[in-house]
Order: sequence, then C-alpha cells, then structure tokens
Amino acid sequence: MPQRMHIETTINEETVEFLCEGRQSLLEVLRDGLGLTGSKEGCNNGNCGACAVIMDGRVVNSCCVLGAEASGATIMTIEGLHGPNGLHPLQQAFLEEAALQCGICTPGFLIAAKALLDQNPNPDEHQIRYWLAGNLCRCTGYDKIIKAVQKAATTMNGGQTAPVAAEAGAR
Amino acid sequence: MQTIEYAAPQTLREAIGLLAGAGDSGRVLAGGTDVIVQVREGRRPTVQVLIDVKKVPEANEVTFDQAKGLRLGAAVPCYRIYENEIIARLYPALVDSTSLIGGTAIQGRASLGGNLCNASPAADSIPTLIVLSATAVIAGPEGERRLPVEEFCIGPGRNALQQGEMLVALEFPTPQPRSGAKFLRFIPRNEMDIAVVNAAAHVVLDESRGRILSARIALGAVAPTPLLVAEAAEALVGAELGEAAYKRAAEAAIEASKPIFDMRGSIGQRRHLSGVMVRRAIEGAVARARNS
Repeated sequence: MPQRMHIETTINEETVEFLCEGRQSLLEVLRDGLGLTGSKEGCNNGNCGACAVIMDGRVVNSCCVLGAEASGATIMTIEGLHGPNGLHPLQQAFLEEAALQCGICTPGFLIAAKALLDQNPNPDEHQIRYWLAGNLCRCTGYDKIIKAVQKAATTMNGGQTAPVAAEAGAR
Repeated sequence: MQTIEYAAPQTLREAIGLLAGAGDSGRVLAGGTDVIVQVREGRRPTVQVLIDVKKVPEANEVTFDQAKGLRLGAAVPCYRIYENEIIARLYPALVDSTSLIGGTAIQGRASLGGNLCNASPAADSIPTLIVLSATAVIAGPEGERRLPVEEFCIGPGRNALQQGEMLVALEFPTPQPRSGAKFLRFIPRNEMDIAVVNAAAHVVLDESRGRILSARIALGAVAPTPLLVAEAAEALVGAELGEAAYKRAAEAAIEASKPIFDMRGSIGQRRHLSGVMVRRAIEGAVARARNS
C-alpha cells in the first residue's frame, strides 16, 4: 500500500482535509475521495477542460494537478458556483440559452467562464472564444455557449452590454 | 501501477539534494501539464519521485534589470509571462509563445522551463527562446552551469540535463536598440493544437532602419529538435528590408527543414510551410524592430 499524504486545503470556502497517494490527481481526489462529482473526467490529459476548477484564482485542469499540490490552495469547483439565492448568472444563462445538450462539458465551461468574467467582466466574442478554446463540447457547436456567456456578463453588469472591441486581439 | 512519491522542497539546495538522491527515478514537476499526464499514463516508467519546484524561489522569480536583462524562473507559468507589462513591451515574442501554448487552463500552470525540458520537437516556446538568445541556468550537485538554449534539446523528449541537475531559470539579454522578434505557428484550427510547423525570427536593424544588421531564425516541428537555422539568418545579414532577402531566408529554411510524415502533416507540406512561416516571422520581427 503506497504511503498516503495528509493534505489540508480550502474547497468552496470550506476547509477540507483528505488523504491521497502521490500519483492521484486532484480530479480523482475530488470525485472519488470527496464525492464532488461535478467536475468531469473527459480526456484525463489536459485537452478537454471538463475537469476545470479555479485554483488560487486561475482556471486549471484538475486532471493535470496532483492532489498533493492542493495543499494550502484555495479551490472552487462547480459545486461552489451557485450563490445562497440560487443559480449563478452563468448557470441561469446556460439554461435560458440552451447552451448544453449532454452536459458533460458544462461544469468545465461554467468554471472557465467564471474565471474569465472574474478577470474581464466585458469580454467580446473573440475573447470568449479564445478563453474557452481549452473546453471541448461535442454537442452544441459552441455558439449557444458563447451567447450564454455574453448574456451572463450583461446580467452581471446590470444590463450593460459589452462594448464592441475595435480590434479583437488574442488577449 | 507505478507508485509515485511527491516532494515539495522549499529551497534550491533541498531540490538538488532530492534529485541527486532519487537518481533515475526523480523528475522535476513544475506546471505538470506534460509530466503528470506522462507519469499517470505510464509513459515515464522509471519515475518514482516527483519533485515539485514551485516553492523554490529561484525557479519562480521574474526579474528584469536594464544591464543584466530578463531572468525567468523555470517554473513561472505562462500567464505570469504574458500578463507582465515589461515582458510584453521588451520581449513580445515571449507573449506570442506563451499565449498559444495550450488553452487558458494549461497556461495557468505550464511553464517555459517545463516546455523546454519536455523537449518536444514541436514545442511552442523553444524557437522563441532560441532567437532571443536565451541561456539555460542549470543547477546540480556540482554547482551551476549555463548552456545556450539551442544546445539544450538533444532529441525528441531528451534534454542535456545530467542526473541530479535541474533547469532553474532562463536568462535573456536586454533587447538591442532597433531589434524585434516574432513567433508564429501553423495549425489547422485557431487554438489548442500542436504545431505542424512553427518559427521564430529576431532581427536587429541599422540606424536607417532599412537594413538588417543581424538575425536569428529558428524552426520547430521539422527535425528531432527545434532548429537554429544559421543559413536563413545569414541570408538576411547586411540585406535591405524587402521580399528579396526574406525569400532567400525562406529558401534556406526549406533547405534546413528535415521533417517526418505524420498525422499532422506530410513532408512536402511541412517543408513548404517552413518557408512560409519563416518569411512571416521575419516580417513580424522587422515590423516590431521598426517600431522599437
């Protein structure tokens, strides 16, 4: 039996302790150890974004993070996205815009979009598409997802629409 | 299934001690976007200890000094490079590379040091490091040594580090007046793909800004390691700006390109693209140099 490490971290604003083996990914710890099954395992190699979580303010693929690296970190998973009064505006917009079909990619898209809006409350379409390029969806064709993110941004800005960027850069 | 131990040293000395003690079974972990996947998929069967160097100060610092240039810790993630205003102003080619390695979630973790040590022939930072004349700062049980970055990769997935050594930082000279560099890559979609061919160029212009004083050209995904293409640079030195010189450099790049055929592209396509990408990289580098 491989030696297990005792890790203390913060997940969705709660202090969490767990035991993990060195080879275990954060995704495995979340899903199998902590019962947080909202983060999905798609490719398990950093391509699809279904396992995205926000770690110390940055969106990362939890399949490419070791559970041990969570020590002392602050993590938000999809289970922490909704507020005390219900759905997050992104979740509401995804429902209203039908920005999902099978739903496997949805937690990753929501988390990545949350990280985007935290950093840039007024992203243009080009910026949204590039930011979400690491999240793969095989159902929707992306347009509805982009629209939902734009709608959520508008809602969160109190109804103000994003200005049209004169020249859309990669960042 | 491979058992993996995880260690998170706080100092460079401690990291080197752990690496030297682990021998063949040790591997440095920075952003982990390559090494964690490789280890977990069984593609690095000798690895038993992952040594996380993200708490080692020397591997995490970004410092710029007008006299000494830029020093980038090997474990600094991409976003800290493209969000750095000094780097964006003085080394925009580093922004070209770091903003297209993987997607946002990869850029939140992946480091240039890791991209270099992983030594992929198609790595998207290495041509840029080469044309910017970066130096690899390597620490080991015997002390510190420095290696020009173009000598760091020795084969696909293989680098020049000896047992017990780690890449600590990358050092870049202060940009010369009237100089500029550009990196770009060809992929079939707009984001998140592995280069079919990538290229970087660096040029220094004369005082009239009409002639090239010196140049460095690098190509990726067309040989076992990223290439410094001296012949392409020589075609530019002393030349007036313009299509004639760029075409000679592009022809030299095609000549130097020795690609394989795989699912990403044929030999003919990659050789053709080598010329196209080098010409465009030169145009981008010249445009930046003229505005600098």
